[in-house]
Amino acid sequence: MGTTAKKAGWTRLGWAALALLGAFCLGTLALRRGEQINALWIVAAAVSIYLVAYRYYSLFIAEKVLGLDPTRATPAVINDDGLDYVPTNKHVLFGHHFAAIAGAGPLVGPVLAAQMGYLPGTLWLIAGVVLAGAVQDFMVLVISSRRNGRSLGDLVREEMGPTPGTIALFGAFLIMIIILAVLAMIVVKALAGSPWGMFTVIATIPIAILMGVYMRYIRPGRIGEISVVGLALLLAAIWFGGQVAAHPTWGPAFTFTGTQITWMLIGYGFVAAVLPVWLLLAPRDYLSTFLKIGTIIALAIGIVIVMPELRMPALTQFADGTGPVWKGGMFPFLFITIACGAVSGFHALIASGTTPKLLPNERDARYIGYGGMLMESFVAIMAMVAASIIDPGIYFAMNSPAAIVGTDVNAVAQTVSSWGFVITPDLLTATAADIGETSILSRAGGAPTLAVGIAHILHNVLPGEDTMAFWYHFAILFEALFILTAVDAGTRAGRFMLQDLLGTFAPGLRRTESWTANLIATGGCVALWGYFLYQGVTDPLGGINMLWPLFGIANQMLAGIALMLCTVVLFKMKKDRYAWVSIVPTVWLLICTTSAGWIKIFASDPGVGFLAQANKYRAAIAAGELIAPSKDMGAMQQVMINNYINAGLTVLFLFVVLAVLVYAIKAIAKARATDARSDRETPYVALTPQQQAAQP
Amino acid sequence: MGTALVPLEYFAAHRKVWRRLVQTARLCCGVPDYDNYVRHLLEKHPEREIPDYATFFRQRQDARYGAGGFRCC
Repeated sequence: MGTTAKKAGWTRLGWAALALLGAFCLGTLALRRGEQINALWIVAAAVSIYLVAYRYYSLFIAEKVLGLDPTRATPAVINDDGLDYVPTNKHVLFGHHFAAIAGAGPLVGPVLAAQMGYLPGTLWLIAGVVLAGAVQDFMVLVISSRRNGRSLGDLVREEMGPTPGTIALFGAFLIMIIILAVLAMIVVKALAGSPWGMFTVIATIPIAILMGVYMRYIRPGRIGEISVVGLALLLAAIWFGGQVAAHPTWGPAFTFTGTQITWMLIGYGFVAAVLPVWLLLAPRDYLSTFLKIGTIIALAIGIVIVMPELRMPALTQFADGTGPVWKGGMFPFLFITIACGAVSGFHALIASGTTPKLLPNERDARYIGYGGMLMESFVAIMAMVAASIIDPGIYFAMNSPAAIVGTDVNAVAQTVSSWGFVITPDLLTATAADIGETSILSRAGGAPTLAVGIAHILHNVLPGEDTMAFWYHFAILFEALFILTAVDAGTRAGRFMLQDLLGTFAPGLRRTESWTANLIATGGCVALWGYFLYQGVTDPLGGINMLWPLFGIANQMLAGIALMLCTVVLFKMKKDRYAWVSIVPTVWLLICTTSAGWIKIFASDPGVGFLAQANKYRAAIAAGELIAPSKDMGAMQQVMINNYINAGLTVLFLFVVLAVLVYAIKAIAKARATDARSDRETPYVALTPQQQAAQP
Repeated sequence: MGTALVPLEYFAAHRKVWRRLVQTARLCCGVPDYDNYVRHLLEKHPEREIPDYATFFRQRQDARYGAGGFRCC
């Protein structure tokens, strides 16, 4: 007895020391100004705070708030069919869950947020994940697990009523369209005018088809061996891409403008979504999943080995909202720009999708839900590091739109230097040459900046001379690969959603095996995201400024809906005194999304407000003036209409979130008025002693 | 230490880790554990025919991308 108490005391001391270490690292980050500081401070601060939060806060949620019960049978155990419902080893499930939630979001958001300096974004990533993001993933996973692994839409419908359920589903469809457009735009921005990148991305198509045919007919289902071959071919394609780009005929043949790539992507999206899955989508999905996990691990190891200095200041003057990458003040726009990594509504769809159907025991929901999201936040922290270790002058030259900084190296170097980030035209040209590109100017979108950061780290760790260009294109390919997979899979998913929606009016369209219905729904879905992609690519302010906030608002809004569901369920469970656990992040997200939405609609600054921008163009058209870089009145007209549409879309988002809020408040009031529990949990089924012993 | 033989479990542990890694990689691709499925069929549905791995793989591949299956941003 005495020894256990002693041991517990020592353990507690260890955790206290870890908490102190985290606080010390954060303090160092926040207080040291005017000198460069090592990136490991950020990593150490994040990791120690994650560990402490996991040990104490998630345990509190597990035991007090949700009351997890290790003797309760999960849907995986009750419905075990060996296919969809399988009690799965918790580490295996952790890997699966993490691979499903990690994507481009946590990589791009922090890179864009770095324009304010690394400090605000880092603090929000750490605080956001601990108090909001991981809480949401964890709670939704448990709520879904106690309702037979139902989806978010079903859960909202069941606990709050059919109307908010339909509204939430409609919101999810809109978000998916915006996500696809934003992701596709990131690819376009990275590949425009880059024959090397373009060649390697095109090369992935035959490589994937080869893998697909192999896995279907030659040695069915042998994913591992053909993925190794695919990876080798991919690396060869990157090397060969360098030769192609340098070739006098083939180089220009693979050089395309943003608009050309946009049309190619739209056509590709349509074709890829109607092809059989085994041919292109599935093999590329496998390749991109393995590449994604591998690169994340390599990056983590690389940062620890290289121990780079952070060259971006902790806070830049753009914290006031006048930054060139995106406009808007720290509140609320920082919290919109960094969505995934701090809190992401999309995870609620995963946590109520396949994961609860594989959960071996309720107790493991903490490790998978809360722990998985901490891991994703760590990826976002690494992206922040990658963006902050490159020269700030290069960061701003790469991410500022041409309308602000100009189009040639001299003008850009002069403008960026005038902001205090001294950079010479020679250095800009040399950096472009280093990474095998003709220009690095105005490549907003996050991917190229992140690729430069990744290339910086990897070429220091891995052997080989002059490998900067190779690793840059490796990083671009890695992002393009899983973005294309998302575009493909998303178009397919959107097609089914649209068929379901349209089926309400024309039942014939609901038949998923009908080719006409298939083509109409796929075409509709591609047209929707294609429209937003096109307007983003042709936007005078660089597109990111326009689409990324829409994506952020939409994603955080979905998180708000998921957290409102959690709150309603807590009140229905008569856990009123613990409801603050989900109320606090809900209130914060609702404040951020509604105020960001309001500002995006009504702000008088044309760089921020959609209506102000539309009115500026309307006035210019009336006066017969051209606003650069638009070349004719038709283009001006287009910009004006785009802004009206975006304002309308924002109104729609606000409507969705406020409508769900009203229903949530009603449901809470009703739950408080009754004395008994009123939630719709499936009845308790105890694990048999054999089942308890046979935990995988 | 010294002359002691390496215990058998030492190798088993390696195998187990490798198997878990393969399971994880396959599950990330939407393919659940085949051995587990076969065991499930043998135990619960002895009357059903057991598909070979190739058939199982094809069915799972079609099911994963069938009615949606969207991953994160």
